[in-house]
Amino acid sequence: MKRRLLTVLGFASGVAAASVVVRRQFGRKRDRIDVYYEDGSMISYVEGSPEAQTLLGPVHEALRASRA
Amino acid sequence: MDVQQALADLTEISSQIEAAVLFGSGGAVQGTTLADEAAAKALADAAASLLEQADALRTGEAGVTQLEAATADGCLFVVRDGDRRIAATTVAEPTVGLVFYDLKSCLRDSAGSGGGAAPEPEKPKRTRKKKVAEPEEAAADEA
Repeated sequence: MKRRLLTVLGFASGVAAASVVVRRQFGRKRDRIDVYYEDGSMISYVEGSPEAQTLLGPVHEALRASRA
Repeated sequence: MDVQQALADLTEISSQIEAAVLFGSGGAVQGTTLADEAAAKALADAAASLLEQADALRTGEAGVTQLEAATADGCLFVVRDGDRRIAATTVAEPTVGLVFYDLKSCLRDSAGSGGGAAPEPEKPKRTRKKKVAEPEEAAADEA
């Protein structure tokens, strides 16, 4: 009986720990840049893409400057 | 309207905007809400560089008019109107449409006060034509 209870408790704590890890991994909003053009089109570059990598440098620089 | 007055109105209207800087195409600062001039210049330079790099990403006839960058630290908005630009930093997750609207209003309000945009030409004044007396009436008057 005690052994069974320990197994259930172990399984439950494992599930809880896994859900925390998954939420931390995927729950964080990724940095993103929306660029609007004269012709009315818009392109969204999400963190991880090479374009976003280029654009996020000046963005962080600007945010740092404004809070200096 | 004066650039500083337009910026003061902007920060008064929009509580989401933390800092803003108005600058020219060369990155020259025309006005800012920041107390530190070096910080304002750094913000303008970074925003100008961002616009330039965003323009370079798409080779076409349509240029970048505005952009929004959302990060965990906050957001950066840049709006371009001809040779004049405005960059603003906001809190995280602002009301994007409202911020863009306020920034465009600020650019428009400050136009013609030292900026590159040409002021609107003055409309010609309407004048009333004087009524010319009829020849018969004039003869009757003389008699």
